[in-house]
Amino acid sequence: MSNVFMGMPTLPVFGDGNLHIEEPFPAAAHRELGNTQMRANLRHATHTIRDKRLKVVAELPDWEQLRDAGSATKNHVMANLPALLEEFETNFTARGGIIHWARDAQEANQIVADLIREQDTTEVVKVKSMATQEIGLNEYLEEQGISAFETDLAELIVQLGHDKPSHILVPAIHKNRTEVRDIFLAEMPNVDPNLTDEPRLLAMAAREHLRRKFLSAKVAVSGANFALADSGTLAVVESEGNGRMCLTLPETLITVMGIEKLLPTKDDLEVFMQLLPRSSTGERMNPYTSLWTGVTEGDGPQNVHLVLLDNGRTAALADKYGRTALNCIRCSACMNVCPVYERTGGHAYGSTYPGPIGAILTPLLTGIKSEENSTLPYASSLCGACYDACPVKINIPEILVHLRGEDVDSKRGEKKLPSQMDLMMKGGAWAFSSGKHLGLLEKGLPLGKLAGGRDKKIKRLPGIAAGWTQSRDIPAPPSQSFRDWWKKDHEPVAPINEQEKLTK
Amino acid sequence: MKIALFATCIVDAMYPQTARATVKILERLGHEVVFPSGQACCGQMHINSGYMDEALPVVTNHVKAFEAESYDVAVAPSGSCVASVKHQHPVLAERCGDSALKARAEAVGAKTYELSQLLVDVLGVTNAAEQLGSHFPHKVTYHPSCHGMRSLKLGDRQLDLLKSVAGIQVADLPEADQCCGFGGTFSLKNADVSSAMLQDKTKNIESTGASLCAGGDASCLMHIGGGLSRTKSDATTLHFAEILASTLDEPVSVTGEILVGKAGVR
Repeated sequence: MSNVFMGMPTLPVFGDGNLHIEEPFPAAAHRELGNTQMRANLRHATHTIRDKRLKVVAELPDWEQLRDAGSATKNHVMANLPALLEEFETNFTARGGIIHWARDAQEANQIVADLIREQDTTEVVKVKSMATQEIGLNEYLEEQGISAFETDLAELIVQLGHDKPSHILVPAIHKNRTEVRDIFLAEMPNVDPNLTDEPRLLAMAAREHLRRKFLSAKVAVSGANFALADSGTLAVVESEGNGRMCLTLPETLITVMGIEKLLPTKDDLEVFMQLLPRSSTGERMNPYTSLWTGVTEGDGPQNVHLVLLDNGRTAALADKYGRTALNCIRCSACMNVCPVYERTGGHAYGSTYPGPIGAILTPLLTGIKSEENSTLPYASSLCGACYDACPVKINIPEILVHLRGEDVDSKRGEKKLPSQMDLMMKGGAWAFSSGKHLGLLEKGLPLGKLAGGRDKKIKRLPGIAAGWTQSRDIPAPPSQSFRDWWKKDHEPVAPINEQEKLTK
Repeated sequence: MKIALFATCIVDAMYPQTARATVKILERLGHEVVFPSGQACCGQMHINSGYMDEALPVVTNHVKAFEAESYDVAVAPSGSCVASVKHQHPVLAERCGDSALKARAEAVGAKTYELSQLLVDVLGVTNAAEQLGSHFPHKVTYHPSCHGMRSLKLGDRQLDLLKSVAGIQVADLPEADQCCGFGGTFSLKNADVSSAMLQDKTKNIESTGASLCAGGDASCLMHIGGGLSRTKSDATTLHFAEILASTLDEPVSVTGEILVGKAGVR
């Protein structure tokens, strides 16, 4: 390393790993929309969770204040992230934990693999974790000859089925129980061949399969939901108890966590432990919450590591209009209420993070120019259901629009010929930036009327407008605009009199 | 009260009868309506498509047009366009580095109301039959458009006004709060997903047995109506302003035609 001062630090690096989508969203969505079984499964599942969430949220009279508090706390964390990270590091280290800083997915994967090798093992058990999905840890470890066993039931289903998660909380949401049974029968060693699709029996089969792993594994890998800066404590919130097993039984515990997961103090948990379970599973409280602070001699893991992952987070933080996406606590409420997600499923988004939050977080982490990620911010009708449901009030529609702007701007000057959309927008800017221009164009409305058939409907349009007429007619325009009528024909009507008043 | 009408581009050019109905309602209540002639469009199509540079002159024009006229409040028969004027205009001005425009846009936005907001919150209309003479003897259902519902928090203002019309029968729409799938250029860029959303919306409308679906945004109604038309449905769509403007003397048909009176058939 040279000691010569090289000027200001370079711009933050963008993230890599399972964040770069290979297929434009509209094409992937087209394919997924044809999967009727998946759509039926998803419709059922999302509607069930939606109703549960609404019910438990309605129980709290201070829900909106809790959202405000969650949002304010996270904004504070992002504004003070460097100081809070150092405070956390000091406390975590003082309690016997070891911190590793990872700039990107590749660095994080290498650190984890080296730590596993140090323990002289080739098998690890895993707690469900978005961060390790994001960096593609399982695939990397496999290349290194290390087997990672997912212990969350739904992650297990996905892993055994050689599939990809399609939801951040319910990774196998696209599978129904019959499909799960078929996966178990085909892939689970020593499974009862008479296994039915009764949920209790499926869970028991998984439990028996996993128990063997818990008892033999020397190393566990986890993510974390929260990290408390003032004490150096990590927290995992889960439903099945598999997390508790992984966090307590093996000798070595390696946690991979995004740097944005910090909370200043343990008191902040009060807010987030109300927001998270209600928003994610629609429960008042999740069954298992594990908190651990460093190493306790003779109790639990004796080698406690934390990999702090950037992977594009600093770049997202640098985006003034996009940075609140880092406030996300991965509850998945936004995808459960999203009409687009409900119909396309998570695979259409092509990234670890699907749904509305994925449509903003993925391009923020990778930069808008990454492969097909620029198509993600358009994967929304901007209906706003996600913003209403978000427990930390991330204004997802506004960030989607901001990222569309980034996309359009990034392509200005790159193209040799303007696209149809460019031309439409240029024409629109002329027409709509003056009442005179619009009035002039409206003189042509009677011409448009000719485009309608006998039923005064236009049924086929060319170019990008064909997207409209694939499922909708458009009325032929009227012969006179409102503007023209106002100028020529408007006569004020008299106020309503007593005789005209109706009773219902 | 002097009320400035923001017709919105789609109503001005495609659904003039909705703006005429809005004028009629306000005049029947005894208010003076003015039409700032410089107005064109709120610029939402540009903003939501990411064309911020192109949106800036459109937004600037809107602000200028509504500064040029003197009035007490402005009104538009659209939740979406009002949400854009109130929320998107200042954000766009800031993004384009024009803090003076931001302040001016905020001032125009603060005086701009969606029609049901103005009727209920400012003008105190709670009973359309009694206060407006509204009469509409048809079975309708109602779709609350997303931006009115979520950005403006209109609640049941439009629905309650509809329910207070004489002769009307209002049927609940299943999954009413679900987006119709329009989303501006979303309907072109992601036409397949948009169509899938539309299909569920039109099915739900048909399940009510109503002859029409009322709403507060011409764009969503054009989308839903276009889908109903394509599937040869008996149902169609109509803006709630036209239903409120329908009276015994000048009834409006379910397709929005004004059947009698000097306003004439569209």
